[in-house]
Amino acid sequence: MNVLLDNLHLFRDGFLGTVSLTAASAVLALVLGVLIAGFRVSPVPPLRAFGTAWVTLLRNTPLTLLFLVAFFVLPQIVFPGISSYVLGVLALGFYTSSFVCEAVRSGINTVPLGQAEAARSLGMTFAQTLRTVVLPQATRSVLAPMSSIMIALTKNSAIAGAFNNFELFDVQKVLSDKGFNVLVIFVWVALAYLVLVFLVSGLFRLLERRLEVAR
Amino acid sequence: MSATVLFDAPGPKARLRNRVCGVAGTLVLLALVGFAVYRLAAKGQFDGAMWDIFNYAGVRNSIVQGLLSTLQAFAMAGVLSLVLAVLLAVARLSDHRAVSLAATGVIELFRAVPLLITIYVLWVAAFTSQPLWAVVFGLTLYNGAVQAEVLRAGILAVPKGQSEAAYALGMSKPQVMATVLIPQAVRAMLPTIVSQLVVTLKDTSLGFVITYEELLYAGRQMANTILVGGENPYVPVVLVFGAIYVAMCLALSALAHWIERRGRRAKTGIAVADAESATPDPGAVGGRAG
Repeated sequence: MNVLLDNLHLFRDGFLGTVSLTAASAVLALVLGVLIAGFRVSPVPPLRAFGTAWVTLLRNTPLTLLFLVAFFVLPQIVFPGISSYVLGVLALGFYTSSFVCEAVRSGINTVPLGQAEAARSLGMTFAQTLRTVVLPQATRSVLAPMSSIMIALTKNSAIAGAFNNFELFDVQKVLSDKGFNVLVIFVWVALAYLVLVFLVSGLFRLLERRLEVAR
Repeated sequence: MSATVLFDAPGPKARLRNRVCGVAGTLVLLALVGFAVYRLAAKGQFDGAMWDIFNYAGVRNSIVQGLLSTLQAFAMAGVLSLVLAVLLAVARLSDHRAVSLAATGVIELFRAVPLLITIYVLWVAAFTSQPLWAVVFGLTLYNGAVQAEVLRAGILAVPKGQSEAAYALGMSKPQVMATVLIPQAVRAMLPTIVSQLVVTLKDTSLGFVITYEELLYAGRQMANTILVGGENPYVPVVLVFGAIYVAMCLALSALAHWIERRGRRAKTGIAVADAESATPDPGAVGGRAG
């Protein structure tokens, strides 16, 4: 108990660090993921090919390697001196976007065929069909996989901790270096992650209930 | 719904528009890639000398050594995690409440905690001088918990008549589990199990953080220590090591898809699961399945 109480500010900072990393990269992943999913079902072949390449490449690369790219290659391309927070969010967001894209795409597949056909016969364009008819209905079936993706993102943000960001992994690291019992710290850090995981899944369950419709 | 349902067969106008969109999109992409290549080339990352490092025996050796270490950790963790998964899945389905509660606790705990933290704690607490075992046991605990849930789902999907028939024949509980339920569950869940093995393979790269000398660590060392014309060869190293990882993962994913297709071909037994796991790790449902 002392480990927690004596280092409460450290745990608080770590917790908030994890939350802010997760939230920022979740937003980036959602925006990018939906956009790339749109690319993957679009009528323009080059965009479809780009979407496929994006997903295949990012899904089969270890996240740690993406972090190396973000921290060592990216600064050379744009400009050096980007904060490690931004780089971490970029790596996490890009990695997660490929999974979001696949979830959205399989969500699009669950919308009944007639919906898109009806939209088309009303003369709607591809963008209109997708935006006003298909995506809103896909949202419901996307929520469940999206919840898993966001939980995984929460846990993956620990890797950012190894790259110069302060979050719960660093709490573990700093306190172990200070000589506290590793297993006791582990229990508290694990508890913090359990809380986060339950928060995320609770949030999604709430959303699911809100969006539920009688079929 | 296939993608083609979302838009009409293009007429002359739409075809022109699509072509314009396609060309514009391609140009933007090419411009971005071109900009990246230009900037990197300006730093000398594409010079012949920079890529010449892969001609040295030492560099090649360390790539092979890294690859072998990665595969070693992957093989050990893969086997051990499957063993642990069977134990945990059977324990969670046990009729004894204490056993099943304990198994549930272990599964939920290790699925919710980031693998990196598990590995780090194992490293500091027990395996400071043998990072290999920290990586292997960390991967085993995490993936064992995840695979246990996969197996449990498979066992629960076996029709009830199967176990009822087995009990009616006078089989004992272990016999029913070992000879009737688990074989069918494994067969049905094999694609998902192999997909999770892909995750295991990718996660061996976390050993990098605790200085286990696997593939990514070898790459990092190489990029940090070799200097060509005053620059570190980050780009060649990232491209080469990225290609190795992607190739390994794609090969394993292809295996999962092949197994899935084979399973679909057979009309007997329970339905074969999807190899496509749309989540960064399929076990990430922590807290959802209570």
